[in-house]
Amino acid sequence: MISDEIIKYVAALAKLDLSEEEAAKAKKDLSEMIDYVNQMNELDTTGIEPMSHVFAYDNVFREDMVTNRPERDMILSNAPEKKDGGFKVPKTVE
Amino acid sequence: MKSYETVIGLEVHCELDTKSKIFCGCTTQFGGEPNTHVCPVCSGMPGTLPVLNKQVVNYALKAGIALGCDITRYCKFDRKNYFYPDLPKAYQISQLYLPICRNGYIEIEAESGRKQIGIHEIHMEEDAGKLIHDEWEDCTIVDYNRCGVPLIEIVSEPDMRSAGEVIAYLEKLKLILQYLSVSDCKMQEGSLRADINLSVREVGSEVFGTRTEMKNMNSFKAIARAIEGEQKRQIELLEEGKTVLQETRRWDDNKDTSFGMRSKEDAQDYRYFPDPDLPPVSISEAWINKIKAEQPELRDEKKARYIKAFGIPEYDAGIITGSKVMAGIFESAVDLCKKPKEVSNWLMVETMRLLKVNDMEAEEIHFSSENLAKLIDLVDKGVINRTVAKKVYEVIFTDDIDPEQYVEENGLKMDTDDGQLRMVIEKVLAENEKSVQDIKAGKTKAVGYLVGQTMKAMKGKADPGMVNRLLTEMLS
Amino acid sequence: MELTRLSALELGREIKKGQVTVTQAVKEQLSVIKARDAKYQCFITVKTDKALEQAEVVQKKIELGEYKNSPIAGVPVAIKDNICVKEMTTTCASKMLDNFEPGYHATVIGKLKEAGAIIIGKTNMDEFAMGSTTETSHFGETKNPWNIERVPGGSSGGSAAAVAAEEVPIALGSDTGGSIRQPSAFCGVTGIKPTYGTVSRSGLIAYASSLDQIGPIGRTVSDCASLLEIIAGHDIKDSTSVPELAKNYTEGLVDDVKGMRIGIPRDYIGEGLGTEIKEAVIQAGKVLEDKGAIVEFFNLDMVDYAIPAYYVIASAEASSNLSRYDGIKYGYRAKESTNLQEVYKKTRNEGFGQEVKRRMMIGAFVLSSGYYDAYYIKALQVKALIKKAFDNAFKKYDFILGPTAPTTALKLGNNLNDPLKMYLGDIYTVSVNLAGLPAISLPYGIDSKGLPIGIQMIGDVFKEKTIIRGAYALEQTRPYVRPVL
Repeated sequence: MISDEIIKYVAALAKLDLSEEEAAKAKKDLSEMIDYVNQMNELDTTGIEPMSHVFAYDNVFREDMVTNRPERDMILSNAPEKKDGGFKVPKTVE
Repeated sequence: MKSYETVIGLEVHCELDTKSKIFCGCTTQFGGEPNTHVCPVCSGMPGTLPVLNKQVVNYALKAGIALGCDITRYCKFDRKNYFYPDLPKAYQISQLYLPICRNGYIEIEAESGRKQIGIHEIHMEEDAGKLIHDEWEDCTIVDYNRCGVPLIEIVSEPDMRSAGEVIAYLEKLKLILQYLSVSDCKMQEGSLRADINLSVREVGSEVFGTRTEMKNMNSFKAIARAIEGEQKRQIELLEEGKTVLQETRRWDDNKDTSFGMRSKEDAQDYRYFPDPDLPPVSISEAWINKIKAEQPELRDEKKARYIKAFGIPEYDAGIITGSKVMAGIFESAVDLCKKPKEVSNWLMVETMRLLKVNDMEAEEIHFSSENLAKLIDLVDKGVINRTVAKKVYEVIFTDDIDPEQYVEENGLKMDTDDGQLRMVIEKVLAENEKSVQDIKAGKTKAVGYLVGQTMKAMKGKADPGMVNRLLTEMLS
Repeated sequence: MELTRLSALELGREIKKGQVTVTQAVKEQLSVIKARDAKYQCFITVKTDKALEQAEVVQKKIELGEYKNSPIAGVPVAIKDNICVKEMTTTCASKMLDNFEPGYHATVIGKLKEAGAIIIGKTNMDEFAMGSTTETSHFGETKNPWNIERVPGGSSGGSAAAVAAEEVPIALGSDTGGSIRQPSAFCGVTGIKPTYGTVSRSGLIAYASSLDQIGPIGRTVSDCASLLEIIAGHDIKDSTSVPELAKNYTEGLVDDVKGMRIGIPRDYIGEGLGTEIKEAVIQAGKVLEDKGAIVEFFNLDMVDYAIPAYYVIASAEASSNLSRYDGIKYGYRAKESTNLQEVYKKTRNEGFGQEVKRRMMIGAFVLSSGYYDAYYIKALQVKALIKKAFDNAFKKYDFILGPTAPTTALKLGNNLNDPLKMYLGDIYTVSVNLAGLPAISLPYGIDSKGLPIGIQMIGDVFKEKTIIRGAYALEQTRPYVRPVL
């Protein structure tokens, strides 16, 4: 059920650079997994509302107030590469 | 030659003018040193969670209600997943499945006449950061200050057919949002951005052509140029028997043309799913009614009211209400001096002139209505003449000075002293014998010259009407 | 009195009485860690200097009368390494974050500090909490203190093992599909997964946002109940945290189950469950009956569908939650990446382990266009049905009694090659997370291999007190058994 194309596709979506070996293993694992997961189709779920949140509560808000102060040093403290107060990446062309 | 029709839809992103960001307590202030308006939440640090700013919902509701939309009473946030350096969580919190507003409209007046442009939906989402290209080192610097600034995205139906209609739509939309005080809508600061979806088809066709998306236009004029350019490009392609490629194009206003953007490497599969970190938003009837009750007078209403209540011409009412700031000054000044036609005149003539000279937008006006009202009163009472008033106004416009004080300090009061004026006129008459002869010979035009000379001698501080009378009297 | 054998509450009392200083307690704890952790490898980070510093500070405060209402003032706690603690690394046992030092505490850490607890160090876990054996950790395996050829369970294996090995009296773990309860069962200690929304997730590095909860692990039910009272509570930083919460969990510490109605699901004790574990569950039921409870068997239903639904939902959310690890803002960045795509792909390929990558790909798949309805939406519908099945059960029963895991601790070494088989070991725990319910795993006997057996009590939402009562009553008949260390 899981083809090479699908592995390529999901690896690209997840930004993973799989080797041929890894891709082959992933294909096997995912195929097994999806076959197993397909047993959900045995259940008749017509009319059942998909449940995103377990609880019925809603409207969790905060007030519109500025409560944060600048803390750039902390924000950049773990940056692998930084420059001029920002995170540095290779040139990103639009 | 075939006849073509252009079909245009717009996706407008509008930054909401809340104090803090949509999901954290950082400031939404424009600018600032990179990453100084940033916290662990809006920079996507591990373990952080979003908390929704209620004001964002209020503002989205205000916009939706003013735009005639149905409010989605139970709405959710969804994650839009993709990788880009300006997106720290690698997903944008947006709304796909249950946007807060749907099925609205804006009525526009364009060269084609009156028309309704449909609004497909309005949804709330968070803005991304900025990428700064570093010239020295051939790299890119990422600044997250703008990440998490609240946006509403207003998606129109593909109901527009020309650049004129698009501009009319955008101008009206901008005014509505400004009047609601939900956004300052400054295109040059990025608080209003428009993406154009455009396709062409033969007139009479019921099928839509392939559409392209255009981004990166920084002004309404650029948008108009982009539309003209893209329309032309697509028609040319079709005329040559070629097909239009569905793509995103970046408009380059300097080169007056667009470029296909490098297609993103990965598939555009955003894998939207409801964000488990945010409970749904449930909007009650009471909440909607409160927003409706609080809705301020919008432009069209205001314009009609000005015409009726103050008796000013439609054109003038249109210009004044064309800017929330200007309308505000108008109403406030009229309230103070009770002279609507005067206030209108000052706004329509001198203010518009100074805006143009200084290359300013009406929204940038920063003088107070009090000072304008005072100026009008000073002229009305005869304390200063119009010529002086114009000069004083220029200083009000730039520095918002108190005209009463300014006139006092600079000794600008009109001279109404009869005696002194007579002496000056005598001198002027003495110095301009030829003009006097001309007048006596019937060349009445020369009176004006003598009035001018008198005013000059009086350093402008005389009442021209009085000068004229005295001169005429003394000449006869 | 061997301090490190005491329960947290016992130690807390000794400290308050002045019988022992916090510094003494912490010093002894650190020396036990030094002596034993080379063998069991429960910890990724131990902050000796910081712990001793904290100890001094807390001791002074206790002498000045502070922490009067805190039963664990001065008590050492271990923290699973996916919970952010400032000024030390929070690695999630991954190469991706092996040098990440958060500039902020998780909310639960703030609460522990307010209660005067001493944070000793960060414990080992499965990478990003994905796993059931702690073998996917980038830093190596943790050994089960009962038998070092066996796994401690996962993903909170380090925390459970540290408690069992007496390297700490109490620890925090996290549970998304059983990750507190199953290692507690494998290591012979008690662990609680609270009702979803009870404990703030702010500062917990997310795996599956709609399922994750932080919870306590200890050698006694009382320790766990006390620790839970301290860490539970509404947090404005976590929109999914429950607004009003009654946290009087320690009121459940009474040996009284008279009249309680207890259900044992037939579908939990059928085929697939180890015999000795089944016997332990039945025996526990009998004991509760003897104490005056009404115990009966019933059909829970939906049991088979819990694992597929769980893995679809958890993988989907994980794939999104882990996208932020891109080499740009923090953590690992692959060297020699010449362009942006390389930074992303190389960093993520090199920074993540196999199991994490596998789940991210499954997650991307079930959310992708074309498959979203068939898998993700379907799983959410199944989740609704599972919740309904539990709701029906709780109309009849005060709590549900069953096993925590189908086996006792597995052998180290050959579990990662058959991921599906490993996933099936979560059969009794995942449905609890899907329904957002509270559950406790209590040690209840040793099997013929000399390995601890864990039984599970599942309550209705916000009924922690009820399951604590059941567990406490059983604990009175079978006090804590210590492994040979």
